[in-house]
Amino acid sequence: MKAHVYVTLKTSVLDPQGQTIQNALRKIGFTGVDGVRQGKYFVLSLAKGLTLEAAKAEVERVAREVLTNPVIEEYTYRIEE
Amino acid sequence: MKFGVLVFPGSNCDHDTYNVISEIAHQPVTFLWHDSEDLQNVDAVLVPGGFAYGDYLRTGAIARFSPVMQAVKRFADAGGIVLGICNGFQILTESGLLPGALMRNAGLKYICKQVHLRTETTNSLFTNQLTKGEVLQIPIGHMEGNYYCDAETLHQLESEDRIAFRYCTPKGEITREANPNGSLENIAGILNAGRNVLGMMPHPDRSSEKLLGSADGWKIFSSMVNALATR
Amino acid sequence: MTTAPSSGQSTGANEENYVAPTPATVTPELLAQHSITPDEYERILTALGRVPSLTELGIYSVMWSEHCSYKSSKVHLKRLPTKSGRVVQGPGENAGIIDVGDGWACAFKIESHNHPSYIEPHQGAATGVGGILRDIFTMGARPLAVMDSLRFGPIQRGSQADDLVSKNHSIVEGVVSGIAGYGNCFGVPNLGGETKFEPCYSGNPLVNAFALGLVKIDEIFYGKAAGVGNPVIYVGAKTGRDGIHGATMASEEFKEGSEQKRPNVQVGDPFMEKLLLEACLEAMKTGAIVGIQDMGAAGLTCSTCEMGARGGVGLDVELDNVPQRETGMNSYEIMLSESQERMLLVAEKGREKEVLDVFAKWGLDAVIVGTVKPESRLRIRHHGVLVADIPNESLTDDAPIYHRPVGEWSAPVLVEPSDDAQVALSEPRNYTADLRKLLASANVSSKRWVHEQYDTMVQTNTVQGPGGEGGVMRIKGTGMPRHERGLAMALDGNSLWCYLDPKLGAMHAVAEAARKVALTGATPVAATNCLNFGNPEKPEIMAQLSAAIDGIAEACTALKTPITGGNVSLYNETRGEGIYPTPVLGVVGILDDVTKAVPADFQRSGEAILLLWPIPRAEEPNPDLKVPFEPLPISQYPLPALEVKPRDEAEPEGTEAETSADLIAFGSSEFAKVVLGSIWGRPPALDLAAEAELHNLLGILAHKKLISSARDLSDGGIAVALAESAFSHGIGATVEQEPALMANPLFGVFAEPASTVIVSAKQANISEIQKLASESNYFSARIGATGGDRLELSIYGDPVISASVAELKEVWASALESALHDEVTA
Repeated sequence: MKAHVYVTLKTSVLDPQGQTIQNALRKIGFTGVDGVRQGKYFVLSLAKGLTLEAAKAEVERVAREVLTNPVIEEYTYRIEE
Repeated sequence: MKFGVLVFPGSNCDHDTYNVISEIAHQPVTFLWHDSEDLQNVDAVLVPGGFAYGDYLRTGAIARFSPVMQAVKRFADAGGIVLGICNGFQILTESGLLPGALMRNAGLKYICKQVHLRTETTNSLFTNQLTKGEVLQIPIGHMEGNYYCDAETLHQLESEDRIAFRYCTPKGEITREANPNGSLENIAGILNAGRNVLGMMPHPDRSSEKLLGSADGWKIFSSMVNALATR
Repeated sequence: MTTAPSSGQSTGANEENYVAPTPATVTPELLAQHSITPDEYERILTALGRVPSLTELGIYSVMWSEHCSYKSSKVHLKRLPTKSGRVVQGPGENAGIIDVGDGWACAFKIESHNHPSYIEPHQGAATGVGGILRDIFTMGARPLAVMDSLRFGPIQRGSQADDLVSKNHSIVEGVVSGIAGYGNCFGVPNLGGETKFEPCYSGNPLVNAFALGLVKIDEIFYGKAAGVGNPVIYVGAKTGRDGIHGATMASEEFKEGSEQKRPNVQVGDPFMEKLLLEACLEAMKTGAIVGIQDMGAAGLTCSTCEMGARGGVGLDVELDNVPQRETGMNSYEIMLSESQERMLLVAEKGREKEVLDVFAKWGLDAVIVGTVKPESRLRIRHHGVLVADIPNESLTDDAPIYHRPVGEWSAPVLVEPSDDAQVALSEPRNYTADLRKLLASANVSSKRWVHEQYDTMVQTNTVQGPGGEGGVMRIKGTGMPRHERGLAMALDGNSLWCYLDPKLGAMHAVAEAARKVALTGATPVAATNCLNFGNPEKPEIMAQLSAAIDGIAEACTALKTPITGGNVSLYNETRGEGIYPTPVLGVVGILDDVTKAVPADFQRSGEAILLLWPIPRAEEPNPDLKVPFEPLPISQYPLPALEVKPRDEAEPEGTEAETSADLIAFGSSEFAKVVLGSIWGRPPALDLAAEAELHNLLGILAHKKLISSARDLSDGGIAVALAESAFSHGIGATVEQEPALMANPLFGVFAEPASTVIVSAKQANISEIQKLASESNYFSARIGATGGDRLELSIYGDPVISASVAELKEVWASALESALHDEVTA
């Protein structure tokens, strides 16, 4: 079982990297992209024998307490069987 | 009075900070290894600059889980003096000892240069030897020094006189051009509610000797020595 | 080709159950893939007495590559001076070492990482920094400073095809961020160095990284194995498949498609390196380490056979014990991996635990992988099976050496200016506009954008960081309290001058690097060199290399700066086009009292500005020069340049021959290239004896605290030197150029004569400076004063440059960044 965790800056927080990418896209000619938010992506390989419930609880905690800084970041995740 | 300098894997200003205390302040000082909760009865804790744990997850994110930081939290809660410089400031915000966060510089690049700071408050253990509005020349060297907090926190910092330093021009004006990293309201350093914890991005450890270009940072260390002596 | 020789020194044959490594099926294709020539293969057969295994072939291929063996350059490198009373360790170790006094020594070296930096600029440059840092701390020295000499293709739009310029932009961005990311995290200050641009570096940038560290003179470690039975310990990062055949790649010309060799490029981990530094220095303190070497190019292969060869012993290694990051790696891959941040050390038998404990404390892998054996052979086993068994010497001292044909080199550049250039020279000029153009040019413009990305101050020793002449560091705990000793260091190389005349150009590189050090007040004492050249199989390239080495040898001898080590990078060619011959010199100097270090910038208003230049040999000082000069309005000055007449027929100087020499030298100036868009001629003349006297003089002036600043006339001549001196503190200058230096007013303002410097000083010190200068056979003319916020330069009483310092600074400070951000507007 694997967990995929995505961490991005909160929408209320300025993202200069995302903006720079967006500006570059516009210059190159990708007019179909209206905005870019960049972030981090983690793949957690979960211990064998963990129930889905337990896995969710574990991943939630890891994401909330370690992988993100709640002042500026938020996360989503999905678990792959 | 005895100072302790924290050492994490990846700290790289630990010796610089140690050197200021031992060679310039002529005070006893010891290194405190990240793996131990024993603060060795120090009177003040210095969290030095560097790249603790490589800054690989986020700056300061892993350091905050180290045993020594659990001890530092208790020490600060009990009124102990803690100064976090650069990566040390980042570690203190991640640990919750100071509010807000330090984000990637607005210019996205690492910046190392001399900057000017305006002293915003003298009511602290770190600024008692300064005068309000005094301009200090102290260098920065960081990739993530762009201070951010929400509006409520900012209001609190301002109303409680907890902003210690702001980036300014050599004449002391707070302008956009004087802000090297996009920091909110030009904030360069803040205090905790108890006024016993200071975090700042600029490096007073690199500006405590005229030979190195400026001795203005020394005033922060001498304020601490003074505060401890009269405590 | 697959036939084994009938007789050979079948080595392990006398051992019981000896099973030789399984022979490879050697085909011409296999040898070509390993860049091994048929002759070289014959040597391998003779050395082994049998057909090599694939692993052995790989080992030979990396150890005999140009990068590791110096097979094309070795015979020439022998001509370099390598000894002096201060040299503790010359070439042949991980780094050179000199005695700096008070029981301290400094280890330093420069090394190239050119090819990897083209393929993946960020990682290529980062691992270049990582490699040179390991070379320093493997000797027990804590790195004190780094610098870099960088060469890129043009970054100004319109200078080359747009896609090339864009590619150059990304190379510059990547290289600088790579150097910054690695050095900043590691915690070593970067003192700058030099960053230059020429069209020949499009597609073949140069990244030469220099590092210097300090070690107690009785605590130096060497890359030498000793003590039969002692354990061989592997420490640091795990081994992966990265960088396999990096050393071989660095020894081949770039061909179309080599970008696809991307997996070859190693990824650096500066955090790991920082831990490795602390752990190694701490482990050395236990006294249980016998020898230590980093695993750089050719990884485990190079470290095992070199440590064995230096100690006259052999290393027996079992690869199963090597920490591995990937699964299923074979012996060939493990031996050739260039994974970064790894070290190999030999510890004292019975004291392994002390060493292993230190690495455990720092959270690093440290594993015993083998044993020291009496026979000088490299023996590698994998899963218990012998996969390589090679005499060490055949890989190191007995590697092939080539006396490649040395042809003739003559730059395809005219000695006389072209007709267009002659017209341009004789036209009336706006010198202020010319100065702006120079200040905005890629080579002259401020490199602040580069330097600000580097941590220049960590370790709190930086007395003079980037942007001045040399970098200056104090050495804590030496000299007198509050007056510690200092080390000054500088990098230099003028590749255009080397292209025009490799020998003279290389002499200038030594002279200018040493001059930059001397300008800070330090005494230059030793040097390191990085020789970046094209394909040595071309006789004209060997001619460049040979001549440049002659020039370095001559200059280093005259200036008493022996070469203590360095690096040769050949095959710097892309699509058959070679780079300019680019020897880069790093010079280190000592300051007895670092508080006396002289900055490059004007320090205060109202001081005198003096120009110092050598009195020509075999000539008496011209008494006329002391007489106030009668200014002649510039409008009356004879032009055009080629028809310059002596300004006074009665004066003996200014003959046609001299004028012509000035004109020839002017063609190699930054002005000719940038403003006139034309190159001709040869580099300026250089008198090494006079240069040595200048260094001595500058040392005395600094020691006696007679001068406030010092800067040499370099790219852009005195106009640029004055402007740059003014920028840092915004202090202007009013100057009347010394007529003796002007065969033509244009030359007086923009020529780049060697051994010529401007100093600023208190008025009260002028007479003593002049006395000392004359004792050193130097002319000294008071040409003006500091002050105001403008730069005013006149010749013969006519103002020719007049501009506000702030305005000039803006042009100079913003040029690099604006060029880099100048995107193609579609």
